[in-house]
Parts: sequence; C-alpha cells; structure tokens
Amino acid sequence: MNITEETVRQVAQLANLRLTGEEVPRMAREMESIFTHIDKMSELKTDGVPPMAQVLYDAGETATLRDDVEQAPLSNEDALLNAPLSGSGFFKVPRVIER
Amino acid sequence: MNVSSLTIDQVRDGLLTRRFSARELAQAALAHAEAENPRTNGYLHFSPQRAMESAEAVDARLAKGEDPGPLAGVPIAVKDVILVKGSRNTCGSRLLENFVAPYDATAVKRLQAAGGVIIGKANCDEFAMGSSNENSAFGPVRNPVALDRVPGGSSGGSAAVVAQGTAVASLGSDTGGSVRQPASFCGVVGVTPTYGRVSRYGLVAFASSLDHIGPFARNVRDSATLLQAIAGRDPLDATSAFEPVANYAAAMTGDVKGMRIGLPKEYLDGLESETGALIQRGIEALRKLGCEVKPVSLPHTEYAIASYYVICTAEASSNLARYDGVRYTSRTANATSLESLYSDTRGEGFGAECKRRIMLGTYVLSHGYYDAYYLKAQRVRTLVARDFANAFTEVDALITPVSPFPAFKLGEKLDDPMQMYLSDIYTITGSLAGIPCMSVPCGQTAAGLPVGMQILTNHFDEAAMFRLAEAFERNGGVAAA
Repeated sequence: MNITEETVRQVAQLANLRLTGEEVPRMAREMESIFTHIDKMSELKTDGVPPMAQVLYDAGETATLRDDVEQAPLSNEDALLNAPLSGSGFFKVPRVIER
Repeated sequence: MNVSSLTIDQVRDGLLTRRFSARELAQAALAHAEAENPRTNGYLHFSPQRAMESAEAVDARLAKGEDPGPLAGVPIAVKDVILVKGSRNTCGSRLLENFVAPYDATAVKRLQAAGGVIIGKANCDEFAMGSSNENSAFGPVRNPVALDRVPGGSSGGSAAVVAQGTAVASLGSDTGGSVRQPASFCGVVGVTPTYGRVSRYGLVAFASSLDHIGPFARNVRDSATLLQAIAGRDPLDATSAFEPVANYAAAMTGDVKGMRIGLPKEYLDGLESETGALIQRGIEALRKLGCEVKPVSLPHTEYAIASYYVICTAEASSNLARYDGVRYTSRTANATSLESLYSDTRGEGFGAECKRRIMLGTYVLSHGYYDAYYLKAQRVRTLVARDFANAFTEVDALITPVSPFPAFKLGEKLDDPMQMYLSDIYTITGSLAGIPCMSVPCGQTAAGLPVGMQILTNHFDEAAMFRLAEAFERNGGVAAA
C-alpha cells in the first residue's frame, strides 16, 4: 500500500482535519507502515464469513424499548453550558449563507 | 488509619466499628491524594465538594442504622472519560479542557448509590487512545512502582492511583486492553467485563462496539465488589445486556479443583522472556491448586491486530466527528468560515495519536476501501471470536500474558506507532470477542517490575474468572508454584 502526501491531504479534507505542512509527510509514512501490517488480512480467506458488527452472544431478550413514560430531557440551558459561543438558546457559528 | 493501603473490607470495618467516619476518611484520602499526586500526575482534578457530600450521606445512613451500601465510604477515582456531574471531563484532550459534565454516567450513579465516594478524575491517554498514557495533553503519568517508567495506557492514571495508594479503587475504560495492560504494569488488579455487562452511558465513546468500563483494585475481591455494584442492564445503553448479574462474592470459594485451563499456543510458544517465565510459574501454581491444564489453539490470533486497528479507527473517526468547535469544545480563534472552524479547531485541538486514528479510520471507511478494509476486518473479527467459542467448548478459562514486556521507560516507544500497536497483541483478541478478561498480579521481574497474568472466560462467566483469580491470589500467586 502506497500512501502519498496527496492521499493524506484528501483524507484530511474528508475528516475536516487541518494538518500542517510538517504533519503531512509524517502522516503518509506512518499510515503506510500501519497499512503494511493491516494488509496482512488479505492473506486470509473470509468468503462466507459473516461480518461481526456487534458482540455475538446469545441475547435472550432483544426488546430494548422502554415504557413510554415522560422524562425530563437535558435542559436547553444545560445543553448550551459547554458551548464556546451561544445565545438566545442556540449554538452560534460563523455566517453560513451570505445575504 | 493508613489511607494508602486500605481495602474495601477494611473501610467497611472501620466505618461499622466507628473507628472513623466516612467524612474523616474522605478528608484524609483527599489530603493524601492531593499531597502525593505531583509524584505521578495520576489525577487531573479532584472533586472535594462532591466527595464530602457523598461521605456525609454515608455517615447519615450509618447514624440511622441503615446499611450504608457495599462501597460505603470507599474513596474512588474515575477515569476522565467517564462523566461525573459537575466535574470537568477532559478526556486527556486540550479540546475538552473546560468541559463540565452535565450528568452522571450510569456506572458513576451506581457507585454513588452503593455508597462510593468519588474523590477525583484520573489522567489518561487522549480519548483513551494509547498504551502508555504519554498521549495525555496534560502530561504523562509516572508509574508509582518505577517513576522513570510509564504506567501503561490508556487508563494509566486509574491504575497508578490505586498502586500509589491515592485511591482504594478506580474505574477505567478498556477498548483494546486499556484496563488490563496498565493494571499489569502497575501491579494491581484490572477487570474488563463482558461487552454489555456495564452500561456505556456517560462513557465518552471511542470505538462503540469495543468500549467497556472496568474496575481497578488492590485485590481480586475488591475488583469484584466494584463490578457487582456497576454491572447490569441499563435502558440508557441499547447494547447493555439483559443477562442477570451473578453473585461474584459467592463464586470466590477458593476451590478451583478440576477447573479446566487452556493455554493458547499462539501466545505462549516461544515466549522466552522474564514475563514468559513468570506466567509459566503462575500456570504451575494453578496446577498445584488442582486445575487441569491443557494446550489449546486460537489460530486467527496473528490477524487480530490488523482487524482491531481497522475497526477501532473506523469507529473512532465517526465518534470523534462531534468535536467540531460548535457544541462542546474550545474553538479556534482563526475561523473564517464554518468549514475552517471545523478543520482548524480539530487540527489545533487533537494530539498526534488522535489525528493518526481519525485519518486511518476515515481512509478505511472511504469510497472504494470499505469492503477491502472495514468489512474484511469485521469478518476477521468473527473468526477471532469463533476461535474463543471453540476453545471454551474444551476449557473453562484461558491463561495468557497481558503484555509481552513489563513497564517501559517514558519516551522509549513514542517514535514508532506500529511498535506500540503490536504490544497490544494479548489483550486485543479478548476485546474483539467481547469476553470477560482480567489482569491479576503474577510476580515481578528481577528489576522489580510487576507482571500481570491474564484470565479470560466465556461471555458472562465473570464468576469463574473471579473464582480462579481469587484462588490464585489467596494462595500467594506465583509464590505457590
């Protein structure tokens, strides 16, 4: 697996992650080294093996719905407590749509 | 009262015989922890107000002659990825430096209901990603056994404070070994229960299909008491299990005669090291206690690390998407648009290991690679889990090392992430299968560094795991060999 600096920049954009000019070549080297190990999986035949998305024990009970009882949610005030910028009960962000 | 060596039973005894009050104990424990913390940096912050309120509630119950609960007055540390209402919860990250938890995790609520006294939050690798605690934005933790060495990770602080005597017990979280490996490095007991045994509600998500909350303690009995208090179905976590919780105290009879122990050859063959020799002595001790020991095979072991690092990074890249500078985190000062607010906040805020995992995870989930990596890794995970299921048709428990080596020096492995990932080999397989596993102290190397023995059992058979671990400990551990 060859990971180029161009690939790193594309993936970083997908992840909304700003990398500095110094971080890009280092990331390319490290990802390539890690994928060299990960590619070992391709040796293994897995045709017909179901993917395991969740831990597979026999769960007798699967109904996870609770009774429909009214419960107080996290208040608007509490939900905004950790916001870097808020006002009028909303999270504030830079202008998205220009007039 | 010597707060640095107390066990849960001793706390209970002290309270019931009125040798000290819960308030006095909480004050002494906090004073001791705050004075000693600069040696290791195990705690990130303390919660004196909440601790005093909890302790006073215990004293009030005692005064009324009520049962104060199985964890009454016990000073407990909680890893800084598990929410404690009103306390900061940084996840070891600059991004969440000022985040204050708006609610309690279910495990924290249950500790509190059992009389536990939470005195502070423990340091950890950023978002629980790491094997040495060197990825914390608030400085590494030093191993109290050898201060120039790492405590392991990612729950390094939770292990260190129990080893150092600045908490009686603690909670950590384990995704690929983050409770067991630091427990082995610091010489304490660390337990990862069955996936779904303890609610993840209020545990900040890293890799949701692999994340567990688990206890640390000075002995097996205390770790079982802690798990007993926090285990069980929680409607707030859809993956939490309905399975009834066994009575762990009743299981620890000391009698392990005839228990069938499997030794996975993929883990133990050719393991010629001080760690390997100590594990062999541990196995010999179990044989002397009457266990039947036989070799077993877990043939897909060599593919586990690849599978794990695809699944955990894929899930991490999704879970960490929420740290965007809008709702919880600090925000870049340089944003010119919404897009740059996201990417600059994340670029400035995340440390190197988080960035690496976000990048790996985004890559394996991206168009054209999903089948080759993510789906493939999930199929390999099935094969790893089947290996264990097959082994447990022949044996009751498996014994392996926790880590290939004891605690290493600070800075020793920082430059090569792949080498750090490979060191997780013995713990990752159990995590993928979602079975209960624990680290129990198994002697020390010539240099005095602790080594942990891993015990693994089948889904929901924590009782057998505790029975074996407690019998081993009761009979002197490796000294019984």
